[in-house]
Amino acid sequence: MALLTPRPLQHPFTLTQIRGLRLGQLVKVSGRVYTARDRVHKYLFDGGKCPVDLEDGAIYHCGPVATRKEGGWEILAAGPTTSIREEAYAPKLIEQYGLRVILGKGGMGPRTEEACARSGCVYLQTIGGAGPMLAAHVARVHGVYFLKEFGMAEAMWELELKDFPAIVAIDAGGRSLYRRIQQASRRVLRRLIEREEPFEAVRSGDADP
Amino acid sequence: MTGRPQWEDSLFELIRRTSVDLPGDVEEALRRALAREEKDARARWFLEGILANVEHARRTDTPLCQDTGALLFRFHVPVGFDTNALSAATRAAVARATRLGYLRQNTVDSVSGAVYQTNVAHGSPVFCFEQGARDTVDVRLIMKGGGSENMGAQYSLPCADPGAERNLEGVRRCVLDAVTRAQGNGCAPGVVGVCIGGDRASGHEHAKEQFLRRMDDRSRVKALARLEQRILRDATRLGIGPMGMGGIATLLGVKIGALSRLPASFFVTVSYMCWAFRRRGVLLGRNGGVQRWLY
Ligand code: SF4
Repeated sequence: MALLTPRPLQHPFTLTQIRGLRLGQLVKVSGRVYTARDRVHKYLFDGGKCPVDLEDGAIYHCGPVATRKEGGWEILAAGPTTSIREEAYAPKLIEQYGLRVILGKGGMGPRTEEACARSGCVYLQTIGGAGPMLAAHVARVHGVYFLKEFGMAEAMWELELKDFPAIVAIDAGGRSLYRRIQQASRRVLRRLIEREEPFEAVRSGDADP
Repeated sequence: MTGRPQWEDSLFELIRRTSVDLPGDVEEALRRALAREEKDARARWFLEGILANVEHARRTDTPLCQDTGALLFRFHVPVGFDTNALSAATRAAVARATRLGYLRQNTVDSVSGAVYQTNVAHGSPVFCFEQGARDTVDVRLIMKGGGSENMGAQYSLPCADPGAERNLEGVRRCVLDAVTRAQGNGCAPGVVGVCIGGDRASGHEHAKEQFLRRMDDRSRVKALARLEQRILRDATRLGIGPMGMGGIATLLGVKIGALSRLPASFFVTVSYMCWAFRRRGVLLGRNGGVQRWLY
C-alpha cells in the first residue's frame, strides 16, 4: 500500500532518492521542471546550447496552453504529450545533462530504459488528457525559452510545480510497468483467442420476429 | 438560410459545450468504471484524476483536454436547405471558438508544417450533410483527439494475425487485437467504434459514426448486440486499465455497426475514442435558434 501513498519528490532530485523509487510508486512532484517536445529535443540532441541547467533536473513532455497576464504567464492547460516520439533523443540527453526525471505519457522504449538504468533516472507517467487539472498544479511560470523560434507548444517552459501527480512507470533499474502490462495483456489475448469459446454468429432468439 | 448571426452563435455554443464538458452518459460510464475498480487503487487513482479534471474543466469553462481534436460535424438538414451557407456559418463559429480559446490552434498544413490560426483549412472542420424529413437542422459534433485517432486499425479478413476468419468470431479477434495493440496510448479507458464491411474509406466513416450512439444503447441487430457485450467483457480481462497502467477499465464501451461489402472484401475497421469522448448535438430551428440540446 505504501506504493499508493503519494511520495513527495522535490527538485533538485538526488540520485539516492531516485534510485529508491519503486515501480508503481505514486509521487507528487514539486519544484522546477522544463517542458520539452520534439523541437527542443532535436535542438539539444543536435548539440544546440542549452539555456538552463538540467543537472539533477526534470524534463516534461508537454506543450502547454499559456496566456500572458500582468507580469508574466498563466498556464491554462499542462497535460502530457506522447513520450515515445522522443525515444531517439532521450538517452543522449539523460546522460549528457544528468537528468533524473522524465515526465510524460505512454512510456518510452528500450534505449531510454537502459539510459535510465545506467545513469539513474526515472520516467513518470501522469494523467493523459487532464490538461486543465494538471495546470492547477503549476504554481508559477519562471520563464520561457525558444518561444519565438518554436512557438508556444514547442517552446521550453520553466515551470514551478506543486504536488504534481504522477506514477513511477520506468524505474532507475530500467524496469518498465508498460512492458509488464503489455506482455501480460498479450498472453491474455492469446488465451481469449485460442482457448475461449468462439462467438456464435447465430443463436436462437437472435432472429427478429 | 436566414439570420446568419444566430446560426453562428448557436454553432459556436455547440462547440463550446462540446469542448468543456463530457456528455452525461460518458461521465456516468467513467463513474461506473471507478466503482468497479474497487480493488485496484492505482486504476482508481487515474480515474479519480480524470473525473477531477472533467469537473475542473466544467467549472473553469476551459477545454477538458488540450488536444481539442479533429472537429467532426454531421448535419441532417431539411430538403432543399442551403448547406453552403451552413458550412460557412460553421467555419465562422470554429474560427471564433479558436480565437476565444475553446479550441487550440490544432490544424497543421501537411506540406509546409505551418499551423493555421483558426482551425479552418482544407479538410478542417470535417463536414457530412444528409437530408432529413424534418423541418429542423440536426447538428452533431464529435471532437476526436489525435492520440486516440492514431490507435485506429483496419483489418482485411482473412487475417493470419490475429487468426481472423470471415465471421463474427473473426471480428471479435480483430477488435481485441486492436485494443491490445493500443494499450493505454489512446488515453484508455476508451470506447471502440467498429464497422464490419464497407470499403476502406466507408469502413472508417461508419466506425466513427458509432460514436454518435449513447453509451447505454445496444445494437438493434441482436447478434451485434451480443458481440458488443462479449468484447466488452473480454476486454476487462486484458488488464490494460486506465492509461495502460493496469486495471479492468480498459474499455468503457463497444459499438459495432455493419455495412454491406463486396464478395471479395471483408474489412473490419476499429476506431478508438479516448476517455475525453466529446460529443454533443443540437436541433436548430429555421432561423438558427436552439430548439433542443441532444445527449
Ligand atoms: S487521446 Fe484524448 S485524452 Fe488523450 S491527449 Fe488526445 S484528446 Fe486528450
